Amino acid sequence: MDALKLHYDVDGEDFSAAGEASSNVKKVLRQLGFPQEAIRRTAICMYEGEINVVIHAGGGFADVTVEPERITIVLTDHGPGIPDVEKAMSEGWSTAPTKVRELGFGAGMGLPNMKRYSDEFRIDTTVGVGTTVTMTVNVTQGQ
Amino acid sequence: MLNSVTLDKDRCRGCTTCMKHCPTEAIRVRRGRAHILADRCIDCGNCIRVCPHHAKKALSDPLDVINEFEYSVALPAPTLYGQFRNIDNIEIVHDGLRALGFSDVVEVAAAADRISGLTREMMEKDGLPRPLISSACPAVVRLIKMRFPALVPNISQFMAPVELAALRARSKAVSVTGLPQERIGVFFITPCPAKVSALKEPEGFEKPLVDGVISMNDIYKRLLAVMKKGGEQPKGEAESGMVGVGWARSGGEASALPRTRHLSVDGIENIIKILEDVEDDMLPEVEFLELNACNQGCVGGCLTVENPYVAKTRITHIMSHLPVRNIKPQTGESELMSIDRDLESDEVWRLDEDVSVAMEKYARIAKLTAELPGLDCGSCGAPSCRALAEDVVLGFASEEDCIFRMRERMQYMTGSADADAYLPPPFRKGSVSE
Repeated sequence: MDALKLHYDVDGEDFSAAGEASSNVKKVLRQLGFPQEAIRRTAICMYEGEINVVIHAGGGFADVTVEPERITIVLTDHGPGIPDVEKAMSEGWSTAPTKVRELGFGAGMGLPNMKRYSDEFRIDTTVGVGTTVTMTVNVTQGQ
Repeated sequence: MLNSVTLDKDRCRGCTTCMKHCPTEAIRVRRGRAHILADRCIDCGNCIRVCPHHAKKALSDPLDVINEFEYSVALPAPTLYGQFRNIDNIEIVHDGLRALGFSDVVEVAAAADRISGLTREMMEKDGLPRPLISSACPAVVRLIKMRFPALVPNISQFMAPVELAALRARSKAVSVTGLPQERIGVFFITPCPAKVSALKEPEGFEKPLVDGVISMNDIYKRLLAVMKKGGEQPKGEAESGMVGVGWARSGGEASALPRTRHLSVDGIENIIKILEDVEDDMLPEVEFLELNACNQGCVGGCLTVENPYVAKTRITHIMSHLPVRNIKPQTGESELMSIDRDLESDEVWRLDEDVSVAMEKYARIAKLTAELPGLDCGSCGAPSCRALAEDVVLGFASEEDCIFRMRERMQYMTGSADADAYLPPPFRKGSVSE
């Protein structure tokens, strides 16, 4: 088999469910026998992405394509879009509402972490239409 | 790996209760009996606790085993002190053990004081994995190896207090008696089955550390009887301090590290959740993680007698009568009390050696899981519909083990138009008659 596709709905209203998709992906990758490091990086990218979709976009989808040599995560939302991607990418910058910050989220590390832990990272965003974040984690055997 | 949880075949009714409570999905029911999948079992003892027929047992030794040795040493777990009423001096319990026939008592709680001292010193060092995870609960160590292999390097290098106590007991007995090793017996009084396996096949040691492990509920009645007879105040003084005795309950071990940001979690389900978070780097502020598989810590062990909450309160009371023994580690002690951990993880969850074959199997499992009713009823002998799907794809079960699947097939074979006749009430589609 060349590629396995996993699809998750990310509920925008339920904070306690945020992280369920990343936890599930982690479990699947472990069953498939992927190296620890690849699992860890994928889980972190996925979790940060999931939280972003919940906080900023009121929900969306996560599509994960698993191939033996790479894992691709695509997060799609129909939220407000990001007006200044460069600013959003800088560490510590956040537009998260106070309510969310009080929960310990919104430290402005989400996007920078996603970029740091993935090998390829792309944002496609249109204000008023939505955002798609695509991340690839390359799998190096024997890690 | 050795397992200490076992089944009494005559008592088992195949009721699926244990299967549904197993945190690692290590039980399947076949032909009216529960079967333990040894490579998935972490000896947590949940099944022993929940079995309504008392068919799950721990492989421990009878008290008589001490008679096979010329000189015998008891290692009481701190939890033992919480099993009795009105104990303010733990020497009462030690005197009781001597009255039962043990030649000497070496306190596990005193060893815990030492490990606490070492850990306190260790936490001041740089370059440690964060969080450092306690090595005290063997069910947790096994869980990490099986399910969270990335966290194996975070497990503390120090041996568990009982392991240290066993080593000290043996060397003390040799020097006091001059007897050869084989005539000295060292016995742990255990609150749980996980400690039985951990001492009989210890990680980092070539030989078993003890000559027997005696279950707390086996020794309880006899110990109580001799303690009642004693009646006088004990003459000796206990070696343990309040911190060491406190290890019996959740939070006790971590309380020895006042300058460290620590987190204590008890109960295997809670532990699984917290380890998921640690694995995803979500708890960067935590420096030390104390994890106890049983609720409330070792006082909740399935081989104890007393209610965990009651035992915990008693432990707290006993602690108030004990001094703090702040043991400063000596030079070189840290190396002596460390063990080489086996970093290999047990890849029991892996579907196939080959990633692309594993992917194909996963896809089949996902498809079959979606087709199954999702009731997780356990009638097929697997803990959930997903677990059955996995078993089917891996060749350990058949799709028609599912009672719904079988009914569908019966309906097809008999050509009946009324599907409802073959389904249990919750799944019938026709209108409900009031």
